[in-house]
Amino acid sequence: MDDTDRAIINRLQDGFPIADRPYRLAAEALGIQEQELIRRLHAMLENRQLSRFGPLYHAERLGGGLSLCAIRVPVDDFERVNEQVNAFPEVAHNYARDHEFSMWFVLATETPQRIESVIREIEQATGYRVYNMPKEEEFFVGLKFEV
Amino acid sequence: MKNGEASRLDDLDRKIVQSTQAGLPLVSRPYHQIADELGTSAEIVMTRVQRMLANGIIRRIGAVPNHYTLGFRGNGMSVWDVDDELAMEYGRRIGELDFVSHAYRRPRYLPEWRYNLFAMVHGKDRAEVMEKVAQIAAMLGSDNRAHEVLFSTRILKKTGLRIGQS
Repeated sequence: MDDTDRAIINRLQDGFPIADRPYRLAAEALGIQEQELIRRLHAMLENRQLSRFGPLYHAERLGGGLSLCAIRVPVDDFERVNEQVNAFPEVAHNYARDHEFSMWFVLATETPQRIESVIREIEQATGYRVYNMPKEEEFFVGLKFEV
Repeated sequence: MKNGEASRLDDLDRKIVQSTQAGLPLVSRPYHQIADELGTSAEIVMTRVQRMLANGIIRRIGAVPNHYTLGFRGNGMSVWDVDDELAMEYGRRIGELDFVSHAYRRPRYLPEWRYNLFAMVHGKDRAEVMEKVAQIAAMLGSDNRAHEVLFSTRILKKTGLRIGQS
């Protein structure tokens, strides 16, 4: 990664143009050619320095449900529960964490109402209580990540 | 309120969401390409994208850096117990810190789970994350009743959010 890549990451986290040739506009501001910007974005996506490039959607405002959930899973039961939880298509991400609350996953559902029923199903499948921790307030800035 | 916002999405909006949620096409005229796929005009696609940006359905358009591959390998979920009355103010201040990518207020489950503020803290390694957590603790001072940092030990599942399909 060189200075140009860093400049792309630092300056293109927000405000990408909505225009006929948006890459050309963005490239001009960076002092490079349109095709070079496209090539560099492609490369950074390929080697996963960027998770994605494009519109970042606000999941709840699209009408779906989204929640963070946690389970206290004992170590010796972890693999079984992991398999059962991951089998639900509504489980988008799932992380093991070094805590008594050892399993943390994000549920994404077609409707907000569906969150509760998926939680009941996971509780029935696993035999453990699912702690539903939806965000009550979001303090989302997340635009200032500098490399 | 959220249902009201969602109901403003029509079929075409949803199709635009579906065709761009993996990313914007990396071609000279990306909005034209989307329009061609959907059988409409680039002007209409751009108007819809602009509108979704204006009403917050699109948070922003641009690059989403991958903290981990960019060398920030010590990501910790810090959780804080602060008075509910102070949670909004501290949440805002924590969210503004440049090493915090997301901050949320979430429900407690007493007695098992006492924490009501969550902040994802990024650093080059765990030691740097812990230093930054100490900065948050210093900012909260005696209003910090307790805190912990939960490090992820394993990614168990990671699929993209499949949204906007209903």
